[in-house]
Amino acid sequence: MQLDEFFVTGEPLIYGAMVSIVLVSAAILFILTYYKKWKWLWREWLTTVDHKKIGIMYILSALAMLFRGGVDALMMRTQLAFPDMNFLNSQHYNEIFTTHGTVMIIFMAMPFLIGLMNVVVPLQIGARDVAFPYLNAMSFWSFLFGALLFNISFVIGGSPDAGWTSYTPLAGAAMSPGPGQNFYLLGLQLSGIGTLATGINFMVTIIKMRAPGMKMFQMPIFTWSTFVTSFIIVFAFPILTVALALMTIDRIFGAQFFTLTGEGLPMMWANLFWMWGHPEVYIVILPAFGIFSEVIATFARKQLFGYKAMVWSMILIAGLSFLVWVHHFFTMGAGAFVNSVFSVSTMLIAVPTGVKIFNWLGTLYKSKIQATTAMMWSLAFIPSFVIGGVTGVMLGMAAADYQFHNSYFLVAHFHYVLISGTVFACFSGLVYWYPKMFGHKLNEKIGKLSFWFFVIGFHVCFFPQYFVGLDGMPRRTFAIVLEWMPLNIISTCGAFLMGAGFAIFIYNVYYSFRYSKRETTGDSWDGRTLEWATPTPVPFYNFATVPHIRSNDAYVEMKSKGETTFDEKNLEPIHMPSNTGQPIIMMAIMFMASFFLVFEWIWLAIASLIGVIIMMVIRSFDYDDGFHVEVDEIKRTERSARGL
Amino acid sequence: MSSHELQSGPMEYRTEHGQSSILGFWIFLGAEIVLFSTLFATYAVLFGRTADSPAPAELFELETVLIMTFLLLTSSFTCGIAVHEMRHGSVKGLATWLIITLILGLGFLGFEIYEFFHYAHEGATLQASAFWSSFFTLAGTHGLHVTVGIGWAILLLIQLAQRGLTTVTSRKFFIISLYWHFLDVVWIFIFTSVYLIGMVV
Repeated sequence: MQLDEFFVTGEPLIYGAMVSIVLVSAAILFILTYYKKWKWLWREWLTTVDHKKIGIMYILSALAMLFRGGVDALMMRTQLAFPDMNFLNSQHYNEIFTTHGTVMIIFMAMPFLIGLMNVVVPLQIGARDVAFPYLNAMSFWSFLFGALLFNISFVIGGSPDAGWTSYTPLAGAAMSPGPGQNFYLLGLQLSGIGTLATGINFMVTIIKMRAPGMKMFQMPIFTWSTFVTSFIIVFAFPILTVALALMTIDRIFGAQFFTLTGEGLPMMWANLFWMWGHPEVYIVILPAFGIFSEVIATFARKQLFGYKAMVWSMILIAGLSFLVWVHHFFTMGAGAFVNSVFSVSTMLIAVPTGVKIFNWLGTLYKSKIQATTAMMWSLAFIPSFVIGGVTGVMLGMAAADYQFHNSYFLVAHFHYVLISGTVFACFSGLVYWYPKMFGHKLNEKIGKLSFWFFVIGFHVCFFPQYFVGLDGMPRRTFAIVLEWMPLNIISTCGAFLMGAGFAIFIYNVYYSFRYSKRETTGDSWDGRTLEWATPTPVPFYNFATVPHIRSNDAYVEMKSKGETTFDEKNLEPIHMPSNTGQPIIMMAIMFMASFFLVFEWIWLAIASLIGVIIMMVIRSFDYDDGFHVEVDEIKRTERSARGL
Repeated sequence: MSSHELQSGPMEYRTEHGQSSILGFWIFLGAEIVLFSTLFATYAVLFGRTADSPAPAELFELETVLIMTFLLLTSSFTCGIAVHEMRHGSVKGLATWLIITLILGLGFLGFEIYEFFHYAHEGATLQASAFWSSFFTLAGTHGLHVTVGIGWAILLLIQLAQRGLTTVTSRKFFIISLYWHFLDVVWIFIFTSVYLIGMVV
């Protein structure tokens, strides 16, 4: 292979990206060396098994991915603003809409939510870590290296260009030769390992490690949403694993699953992909529902209205999410009966979702609403999401879908649900739990400014797309006609407003780090659930003593009785897991294996896989049992944290 | 994380970590069921799509497959005895029966590899047609699981020799026994829905 085949050449934008990657990496290396931070980085972060730190790393990576996916989006919107724009050529445009979709779903939305779960769920149920801290670190590193593998594709080897759904036969070896599509397959496969492990980890954590007395139906609602999401992950992700593996075998080893030769079935890919893909969209929306429920209950200063109905509707949504996948390709021609069945099951999902909407409204009804930034994100979600949901039901009608299919109407719909659902929730949750993570709040004034920019930009960007879709503009087109121009210009303006909102948000992180008042209590918002009972910053063992739970909103009851999580008389040594460098090393080798496989350098890939097996053997023989935190140390830590 | 340890009951369940690990593994097996179900579904959809390659009925041999089935089913039984011995605290019994299990597993693998080579020789390769792609992927994934299980069990036997039976080692043995029985269940489905149906259709 020639060097100019290895690196992507001929695109000024990509040369620019290469230069900036080199400069940023050099700057990071310089800063770490200059301030002698290597040891600190290794000891405190890269080898950590602490769920709070892993959560923070997830969120930071997700923000970086949001930036990358966002830049992709702005480039697309620029290209689409006017007819005959020569900003991106068709090939480059194909690559960018592919990476935009994949990055946003797999490497932004999911890790962002999993990051919040990591930080919050153990704290909400009174646990000292997740059930398998080592596995948790492995999950994170597999995600990070998977994301890295996918993202280097645009400078090395070339980006995938068959859409985030990668339909065959387009994505097959015959029509998409070269490493691009392999980056998609292996990047997703690598990060998928971690997602599955996270699902198992949180299921066990929530089943086995709740505080004494906490019944399932007393768990905070975000924990419930995590639990239900974990179920979906465990039952949906193996389908993706298989689908990706089959296409990999097709492309690299010449099998015939999805090919046009050898009696392969290209449309089987669409089925397998969406049998995972539809549950996947609920993987990124249910935790978002959980976050909104927490935030709304806290700032409405009321117990969540209809808690049980909320839980059951999530369970119902999770079940239904496995039964609707065909609605993504009604036009495939499965026949009227099949389409009708999936049409009905699709519309059924609106029922439990509607129940949830009314419960949020019920919580807000006659309450004293505090308009904090976190609450505003949550309040903006309700009407925006309803628009996205109602247009979803329109798309769910199979007959009508023949008109909407593949148009900007659909693009508008799924951005409405994914942004006002998932992205608003990520911002809401991040603002809400920020003080717990970093010891200070985000500035409210700047926060609201970024909120208004982003939310107004969002509606300006996507609302016109419904109409331009009805006017016949197809998705995935890189050129528009004059008739669609006005709405597209508006849409592009909206996209840049959103970009500005994101930039302000990031500025707020810096500003608040410099100027925000440091938290002195752990209870930043007068919260209702256990995570607020811990001091801030949270000691690495979370709870000096785990309270006994008797009701929903455990911390409300604790506060009324004057209880804390530091019951000096009942202190006992706490058992904690040790840090370990194994997960990052194992996943780094896995990354190498995947990278070699992308270029189909089979022997190098096998050599690296042997390295992975060696790491597993080392793990099997590792009997490190962690360590105990002694009572004296707990006392010292808690006293200084609580100012006693 | 509590480090309290129960004083009675099976050793693998005495610590909280042991209980969590076993529950986690059950959930993992749930995911494995989905994984194999997807492969079975793929196989079912692609059944009969052999293009120019031989049909399964021409190649499947009842004899080989029956031997493989008996080897694997017996290995599941001996694996059960191994755990039974472990519950009685017998290191020697556990090791002996587990080694027998592994030998049976190796026998199964040997036949499977022979079978694959034989098919490939007859023109039924992974690349030959959609049907054979799905066949080799389904049976191959199962075979790969058996291989991993054998390697894993060998590691555990070394740990048994080093440390004897503790709450940790017995948990590991219990989990690998779950894994081994699971592979057996999968094989029963492969035997019936791949080989038996493939021979008559």
